[in-house]
Amino acid sequence: MIASPYPTSTRWLIIAPAAFLLAFLVIPTAVIVQRGASADAFLNVISSSGFRRIAWFTLWQTVLSTVLTVACALPVTFVLSRFSFIGKRLLLALVTAPFLLPTVVVGTALFALLPSQLHYTAFAIIVAHVFFNMAVVVRLVMPRWSQIDQELIHAAHTLGASTVHTFRTITFPLIRPALSFASTAVALFCFTSFGAVRILGGPAYSTLETEIYVRSVQLGDLNGAVAIGIIQTIFLVGVLYAWTKFGRHHTSPLTVNVHAARPTGTAQIVLVSCIALATGVLALLPLVAVAWRSASGWSHVLSRDTTNALFVSARFAIVASLIATALGAMIALAIAYKSTSSQLLETITSLPLMISAVTVGLGMLITFDHSPIEFRSTWWITPIAHSLIAIPLVIRTVLPVAQAIPQDLRDAAATLGSSLKDQWIRIDLPLLRRCLATAFALSAAVSLGEFGATSFLTRRTSETLPVSIARLLSRPGDTQHAEAFALSTLFFVFSIGAVYIAETARATRTKTH
Amino acid sequence: MKKFSAIALSVLLFAACSGTSDGGSSSSNGPVTLTLLAHDSFTPSEGIFDAFTAATGITVNVVRSGDAGELITKAALTAGNPEGDVLWGVDNTLLSRALDADMFSSYETSNLSSMNESVVQNIPGHEVTPVDTGDVCINYDIAWFKNNNIAPPMTLDALTSSTYANLLVVPSAITSSPGLAFFLATVAEFGETGWQDYWKALRENGVLVVDGWTQAYSTEFSGSTGKGDRPIVVSYSSSPAAEVLYSNPPTDVAPTGVAPLTCFGQVEYAGVLRGTKHKAEAQMLIDYLTDIAFQSDLPLTQFVFPVNAKATVPETFTRYISRPESPLTVEYDVIAKNRATWLDEWSTIVFK
Repeated sequence: MIASPYPTSTRWLIIAPAAFLLAFLVIPTAVIVQRGASADAFLNVISSSGFRRIAWFTLWQTVLSTVLTVACALPVTFVLSRFSFIGKRLLLALVTAPFLLPTVVVGTALFALLPSQLHYTAFAIIVAHVFFNMAVVVRLVMPRWSQIDQELIHAAHTLGASTVHTFRTITFPLIRPALSFASTAVALFCFTSFGAVRILGGPAYSTLETEIYVRSVQLGDLNGAVAIGIIQTIFLVGVLYAWTKFGRHHTSPLTVNVHAARPTGTAQIVLVSCIALATGVLALLPLVAVAWRSASGWSHVLSRDTTNALFVSARFAIVASLIATALGAMIALAIAYKSTSSQLLETITSLPLMISAVTVGLGMLITFDHSPIEFRSTWWITPIAHSLIAIPLVIRTVLPVAQAIPQDLRDAAATLGSSLKDQWIRIDLPLLRRCLATAFALSAAVSLGEFGATSFLTRRTSETLPVSIARLLSRPGDTQHAEAFALSTLFFVFSIGAVYIAETARATRTKTH
Repeated sequence: MKKFSAIALSVLLFAACSGTSDGGSSSSNGPVTLTLLAHDSFTPSEGIFDAFTAATGITVNVVRSGDAGELITKAALTAGNPEGDVLWGVDNTLLSRALDADMFSSYETSNLSSMNESVVQNIPGHEVTPVDTGDVCINYDIAWFKNNNIAPPMTLDALTSSTYANLLVVPSAITSSPGLAFFLATVAEFGETGWQDYWKALRENGVLVVDGWTQAYSTEFSGSTGKGDRPIVVSYSSSPAAEVLYSNPPTDVAPTGVAPLTCFGQVEYAGVLRGTKHKAEAQMLIDYLTDIAFQSDLPLTQFVFPVNAKATVPETFTRYISRPESPLTVEYDVIAKNRATWLDEWSTIVFK
């Protein structure tokens, strides 16, 4: 074991988040599992042909969605990493925005875009997954790809290596860790996909996650739902643990600061503009489709119900982000400070992504039902559920930065007699500030878009925006649908604008440094 | 010391949490507020409970959460320690689930005497009280059939004929309560061993199965707002009346028709939730829900029929509705026994 710089204070970095996860994730899950687990149901589920069909679909759509997402994301990642051109920030915003959108909105957009023959098909689900998750690949791979020293590539070319060969032997090995983590994240999101499948798949296509919902909520078959939940969690934990154990590739950090160059030569200009334009248009199409169908809905958008939903969503997002950022950062720091057993810790803290959200929601309902912990009808139980899903993302965002804080800095400060508190305020916090802000924004996006299980905890008196949109879509009447499309358009424009502004701010800041 | 502060922190966290929740629970002295749990389709006139509050001093807070299935699931999970005092919206297709979960406390309202024997017979123990009835039937787009010179289907059997190939859209029996009702209609019509072949034939004839009633009726059906591709849909016997009342521009001719021989009879119930702290007040609310004023409000706000024979049903409502004389039905205990296996079988036939 490596000696920790903060032998005692790291302890509370673990204890507080652990207590939170125990109280709001582990215990509710245990309670619902205890209520619903039965060996008979387990055997029934495994032997039913329905389950096998659903499990098979979940698997193949995950693999296909992931492969296609990576395939669609790589060209644009290449262009964004290597070149600077007019509209680059806008393209980045267009590609990133879908991930910040509620799945309901993405579903709605694709529903508006695709011809009716393609509604309720596996194709529609996979398109939604690709559209939604491209941002994950671009965002995770781009920082690494843009740091590859161009000299290496030039040298390879000079020595006669073909473009393909250069990619295979230089670029690919260097971006592999980021690409491998991004694909795992995409696969995890596709595997547990709920909103897109519910909206676009219709009743014929279910993933394990939607099947858990249908069984527990609509059929009242808690035993069957819990059995599937257990199978899903065991499978995902197994896969993720195997990945952290064998699949991860540690490489030396790339610290070269390379500035993206303008494309030179006709071939390069054509290639870059084709990729940029094609991706931009494809990313923009759903927005256009939604805006097109929202025409008659704008007069209702600021109705009392909608503004109320807006405030509820905003309040939930702020509370959820505060909790998730604080607790996620604590875990990330704990992992960074003491490097032992971090693999296990990382797997454990990814649990919220692997335990069926529907199960947790039901568990909360029956766990917090007695005084003094009668929380189920309080408003803040929903943001807490949101924060559970955001915590793993916060950890992933903060951890690399926290691990990069040089130990020498702290040692020097300690030698000069500064207290732990001072070191934290003067060294760690300023270095972490930007990634904490990113983590906060990411959590807010998760909370704003959450439409899984927690829509189940939501009561109609405190309806969130995605739940509002889903309700409007599920009611008859053109005006109601147009209103849902108008709300979705707002969401789209707002997300693209937010990413664009963030990128511009970052660019100007980098320049002034 | 550090350890202590960590423990103190987590204790504080919990204390802060539980502090907030105290405001939510109602105290036993002072004016009582009842929580009425309902599904999303519970949409009575605004201010409908004002008369109840004026007469009794009790305020009613309506909490809607999802569809009927979701409502029953939550109530079943919290049986004995309910989230509200009264529940509105369990129908005869879901009744077995509610009774199995033992979530209601029995109450016999005096309004039962004004109800038809057929709606009361299912519940000798009075765990729940009937509140309204309706029928789930095949609806068709009158204009489409006229334009194409085809007679609309009048029986369930007709739907498997090639004349009606690729014309029918139905909500899923698993995720939709009218979908389940339609499925049960086919069980009643073709028997417990005959419906499988019927659904195989429907599937071969190109039936489209969607998630819920709204997708079926408002998106895929050609006779309503969505202007979809399919002129035959599963909906309610009251749907033509709704089309007329909400049409823009106004009309007095219904654009859709109902096939009465295909109807499944639905009865909806309300009940006092077992474990409520306000049992007496909750029972008063059941009285109010089954009394003339509230019952007369039902047709035009929720497109269902009152169970109280003294309630008035407006002429604008009855003019466009043809109710079946004896709707198809399956006894709720038969549903209870077979539902899980039937639905498993059904989904394999329809989706495989």
